[in-house]
Amino acid sequence: MVRASGAVSPQRPGDDYRLHLADVHKGYDERPVLECIDLAVRAGEICTLVGPSGSGKSTLLRLILGEEQPTRGRVSVDGQEVGFPSPERGIVFQRYSLYPHLRVLENLLLGRVLAEPWWRRHRVMREHHDEAMDYLERVRMADHAGKFPHQLSGGMQQRVAIAQSMILRPRILLMDEPFGALDPDTREDLQLFLLELWESWHMTLFFVTHDLEEALFMGTRILVLSQYWTDDRGDHHEIRRGARLVADHALTPVANAAQVKGDPRFRELMESIRRLGFDPGHLQRVDAFNLAHPDAFATGNQATADQPLADASRTQVVDSGGRS
Amino acid sequence: MARVPRIWGLHAAPSRSLAIALGLILFLLVIAVYLVAVQHLHAENPSYKILPTPAQMAAAIERMAFTPDRRSGDYLLWADTLASLGRIAAGVSLAAVIGLLLGLNMGVFPGLRAILGPGLNFFAMIPPLAVLPILFIIAGIDEAAKIALICIGIFPIIARDILLAVDQIPRQQMTKALTLGASQFAVAYRILLPQIMPRLIDSVRLALGAAWLFLIAAEAIAATEGLGYRIFLVRRYLAMDVIIPYVLWITLLGFTAEWLLTRLNRWLYPWYAQAGR
Repeated sequence: MVRASGAVSPQRPGDDYRLHLADVHKGYDERPVLECIDLAVRAGEICTLVGPSGSGKSTLLRLILGEEQPTRGRVSVDGQEVGFPSPERGIVFQRYSLYPHLRVLENLLLGRVLAEPWWRRHRVMREHHDEAMDYLERVRMADHAGKFPHQLSGGMQQRVAIAQSMILRPRILLMDEPFGALDPDTREDLQLFLLELWESWHMTLFFVTHDLEEALFMGTRILVLSQYWTDDRGDHHEIRRGARLVADHALTPVANAAQVKGDPRFRELMESIRRLGFDPGHLQRVDAFNLAHPDAFATGNQATADQPLADASRTQVVDSGGRS
Repeated sequence: MARVPRIWGLHAAPSRSLAIALGLILFLLVIAVYLVAVQHLHAENPSYKILPTPAQMAAAIERMAFTPDRRSGDYLLWADTLASLGRIAAGVSLAAVIGLLLGLNMGVFPGLRAILGPGLNFFAMIPPLAVLPILFIIAGIDEAAKIALICIGIFPIIARDILLAVDQIPRQQMTKALTLGASQFAVAYRILLPQIMPRLIDSVRLALGAAWLFLIAAEAIAATEGLGYRIFLVRRYLAMDVIIPYVLWITLLGFTAEWLLTRLNRWLYPWYAQAGR
């Protein structure tokens, strides 16, 4: 599956996109977790992924990260199929992103240090000291360079973790509920902080959260992953369905998190997502998914092969376009 | 406002000086009981040998530690100590290296774990003292057999403890390291190894008791010097005046080693005690 280097390969449809998933399936034994995931994300987006618990959000993230391999389909970054975790995909976890035995500065420069043999680590640390302090300055952690992670608060740890990943400039930064363990104030603070970094560093983010408000506030695009859908196979319990992307919208930027709750357009979108994605009693038909985003597409698969996406349902709840 | 009790009960908060005083009580009590018993027994029978008087023990210490032996010219206590410490250091170091490499690599590489895991678990159940004769037959009755016994006796304990410690390190750390450009070996030896080191020291510290057991056993059976050898040698003459100081000396050595390792851990790895809580 790995493309030979130097070989001229035919242009694939996903090559223009930063992240591209085509017909990705994942199952364990007989139990499907994810079905027919088709996704194309452009560089510079903040793509948020929400879904009810058990919908496989983390599984999808692990497939992109390479911790797990899809049972079918292809995941590529900038047109290159990806495998096990590697530096072009950065990751910030909810916890455990920092190494407890390394001080903040050492944690931050780990990516640089690992690029050289271990006996040169001290020299690498010296050579990149200014760069590291610049990054620490940007994440407002310059005063804590000599501390161990256990001496930092949860919010501080996450700020260092973001800088730790960004210092290698990954093509895409994956975040798995990065602010999920923080108290509400710190959380809001870090959301704004991440948006600032995103603007100044031109990052591409793939942001998994269970918090719909956070997803709407943070994203330039929101994806809803849900196991609550139906198709011609019927609604019997024996029919096990994996989660699919049931909604996909472009979002307009908002000034603050409170506006997400106040703005009627957001409220409408939020309610629609709650109903379509989070309500087990409401099974949406596969051909009625609201894939309104211009980059949304569907590869051929049994469920939808003979039914093209219903154009009538492609209503744009919020007008398209990024946060430019 | 509730009064905090000083000694008794769940809420007790003894001060530092009180805690030290409390800790001394047991020692003083044992010494007092011993002295009273010795006084009593020696009043009845002056040549009673089982419980020597402090003066007899002091004379024995003087003889063993500060007078050259008539036959060899050595100061026996120091020669014995050096021999025993050398064996235990060699055996424990070897066990630590083997245990660390086994545990770490089995923890990181699942294939290796599948190959070695059942074997290690089986091997760990062999009573080391039961294989001592085999060791003497194979390695002779020299140093090699004693060092091998200590090593065989404790490396499975260390390996399994290290494996447990690696398992406790969150999977996310390995993934993150890979996204930061680490190779598989770098994950094992540059990310996990430094985190495992304090656990190794802890693990060695706890295995020291077993190491002394194997050392004394090996020395008792075949040796020409060593603390265990001496104790079992003078046992023939019921020389309790030598045995008791030797036992106390071994205890003190073990206690000191444990204290040093604890200190070393705190000094080398200041993050260890706090991290992960």
